Amino acid sequence: MANKVITDRAMDAGSQPDMNQTRDRLAAALAAVLPPDALLSAREEMRPYECDGLPAFRAVPMLVALPSTVAEVQGVLRAAADLGCKVVARGSGTGLSGGATPLPDGLLLSMAKFHSIVSVDPLARTARVQPGVRNLQISEAVGPLALYYAPDPSSQIACSIGGNVAENSGGVHCLKYGLTVHNILKIEVALAGGAAATIGSDALDAPGYDLLALMTGSEGMLGITTEVTVKLLPKPQLAQVVMASFDDVEKAGEAVANVIGAGIVPAGLEMMDQLATRAVEDFVHAGYDLDAEAILLCESDGTPEEVAEEIAKIEAVMKASGATEIRVSKNEAERLTFWSGRKAAFPAMGRISPDYYCIDGSIPRKALAMVLRRTAEFSEKYGLRCANVFHAGDGNLHPIILYDGNVPGELEKTEEFAAELLELCISVGGTITGEHGVGLEKVNQMCSQFSDKEREMFFAVKRAFDPGMLLNPGKAIPSLHRCAEYGRMHVHAGKLPHPDLPRF
Amino acid sequence: MESVVLQLRERIAAHAASGKPLAIRGGGSKEFYGGPVRGEALDVRAYAGIVEYQPKELVLTVRAGTPLAEIEAALDAEGQMLPFEPPHFGAGPTSGATIGGTVATGLSGPRRPYAGAVRDFLLGARILDGRGDDLRFGGRVIKNVAGYDVSRLQCGAMGTLGVLLDLSFKTLPKPAAQATLRFEFDEAAAIRKFNEWAGKPLPLSGACWMEGIAMLRLSGATAGVEAARVKLGGEVVEPAAADAFWRDLREQRTAFFQNAGPLWRLSVPQTIAPIAFVEAQCIDWGGALRWLASTEDAKSIRSKVAAVGGHATLFQGGDKSAGVFHPLSPALAQIHRNLKSAFDPHGIFNPGRMDNF
Repeated sequence: MANKVITDRAMDAGSQPDMNQTRDRLAAALAAVLPPDALLSAREEMRPYECDGLPAFRAVPMLVALPSTVAEVQGVLRAAADLGCKVVARGSGTGLSGGATPLPDGLLLSMAKFHSIVSVDPLARTARVQPGVRNLQISEAVGPLALYYAPDPSSQIACSIGGNVAENSGGVHCLKYGLTVHNILKIEVALAGGAAATIGSDALDAPGYDLLALMTGSEGMLGITTEVTVKLLPKPQLAQVVMASFDDVEKAGEAVANVIGAGIVPAGLEMMDQLATRAVEDFVHAGYDLDAEAILLCESDGTPEEVAEEIAKIEAVMKASGATEIRVSKNEAERLTFWSGRKAAFPAMGRISPDYYCIDGSIPRKALAMVLRRTAEFSEKYGLRCANVFHAGDGNLHPIILYDGNVPGELEKTEEFAAELLELCISVGGTITGEHGVGLEKVNQMCSQFSDKEREMFFAVKRAFDPGMLLNPGKAIPSLHRCAEYGRMHVHAGKLPHPDLPRF
Repeated sequence: MESVVLQLRERIAAHAASGKPLAIRGGGSKEFYGGPVRGEALDVRAYAGIVEYQPKELVLTVRAGTPLAEIEAALDAEGQMLPFEPPHFGAGPTSGATIGGTVATGLSGPRRPYAGAVRDFLLGARILDGRGDDLRFGGRVIKNVAGYDVSRLQCGAMGTLGVLLDLSFKTLPKPAAQATLRFEFDEAAAIRKFNEWAGKPLPLSGACWMEGIAMLRLSGATAGVEAARVKLGGEVVEPAAADAFWRDLREQRTAFFQNAGPLWRLSVPQTIAPIAFVEAQCIDWGGALRWLASTEDAKSIRSKVAAVGGHATLFQGGDKSAGVFHPLSPALAQIHRNLKSAFDPHGIFNPGRMDNF
């Protein structure tokens, strides 16, 4: 959704005769389990499914199935397994890492028709929802009960809860309220081959291994979610945000650490650097301090008493940390205005650059200043501007590289810039993806973050659920072969990038 | 410390070759829990110590053999805590409970429904698998979706998937204020009240009922706790007595638990009305956890609990031959066997401690 088309690197495998044969056999098998309008096979009909929110990767699938019952999903998976056919599941297609990019020799399984909220239990504070339900739809539906669903990824207006489970989606409020894995109780799944299973329970735990944690964030590779039971929280009575300006990015980073050090767990704690602030100010007119090198948005929520106490503490910490200007939202409208720029960061980048590329590294906060400094150096080295928006509270960086895809070589430079930055995140003890997932996009960097044996274990975990390796194969976990190729490209003279930095 | 790892790896490799089982052991404080202990003891207490703790990061990395008491003292000195309030068991604050055993058993205390469980705060784990391979999953950052969440999988796995080495947790600041309120309610009213309150923006951190008395704990900002106290009414429990109550509940030292008979742990949807048993129950977790000391037949207990969407564990005592953990569906049992053989192909780690697949 957020990224623009950066190039069309078609993965279409063309029309080899044996693939045509497989497709015909699969189509015949699926015709027996799906109504006619639930199966797409014409190329033009399948076009809308050729990419997700990472349009750099595209492929037209062999077929698209749009089941509307669990029995149909099971039937589709059974038919696919019988023919040894790969299956890629798709929710709303807003993912940013290519997790739902189709495979040219695979079936695309759209869960879009599963869009109902099955039931809400106000006393237990839970809702049973189908996987195609949009994230925001849940909070809207339970709003009249003064409840809400906490994880709020930026794409919450469009992204589906099934996709959130697949990616373990976060959002602006996860430091205090957690990620998807902390906010779901139970999922119903259809396994490779079609068997159904219940994972988790309506209680707070379930017997056996914590498969719910394992499934969350598994990028559609272990099973297909057919229903999710989410936890609902009471809506905070009040939220207020402190907006603080800093004349130095490192000071802003230090202020973040000081807020946490003061025993405060803010509902949200976000940073934007000057390039980002200026771009969004032109777009939303939120009244941001354009002279500031960085601004912090720090939110407190809860009862009026709690918020008053916390806001006073936050203001004091910001002041002591050298903030040059501090504003506190006086009402809900002003709070939303303060946030509007942060939420509009992506579209605003689209106004100042033909193309942009968003990175999702996560680092220990103490490495923030150094990583930002290195990012600025990379920006210079590659001759590409880079704006920084940052979930500062939980160390999740979103540098946005600005480039022009029409200038030959800029995309390649952008990708090198991104790869170098992700390697830097790993080397400071962080990770290549905080919340967007690995998908196709970061599969090479998995070679750097994990050893051969660790990646082998990931494959073994996949086989435990999907022995035929049919669900979304090729995503998230690179093969030894692929890593060997990647190593040849990126490890020079047997040296890792940044040999001067401690690794883990 | 890496020499300790090397020794552990050598022992594992030898047992992988012979197929003889190993009983992974920390302080032994929770040895009573789970299926019977079999095999040669693999003591991991030599692998101890805090690796890294920077309070401003809210992240703690420790070696699995570190005593839980030592970790809690280090956090306390910085005004922080492990929010899942893990039970130690064993003899008082000097009990031998280790952080490795805390993760392996996956047990959490009274704060669990409001803050989260062990698994919610574990960020990363370094483990030795059943081949002796040294593997790291997750990390030391709060948000991380690279690879499957193998570290959380270790929580509650009873050591059957690997020997835990380094563990990273998210920590939280201790609340500025705390208050405990006492109410006289019958069981059904307590369950209903706990759930109604949990649906309101109140700073709850514990809700327990036994023998006609409901105890409610509030934690948070000073003004917030005070406002909630005024709103809720009830009788304020003196702080020292309140602390003792929640500690004794967590450690199962209250009168309810002084019973030699089999103790059942019933994990149920939190709004379920009182479940009919001859014996009284102690209700924790705002209704989601119900303790039952009963000699009733295991099958009958399990079927009553399953009927309301829960699961029953024979927590302590009783006849373990009928199974400690609730049976799994055939599809899930197969996945469990597959996972077990992926991590421990020779079946040497704690065989039978998790006895439901």
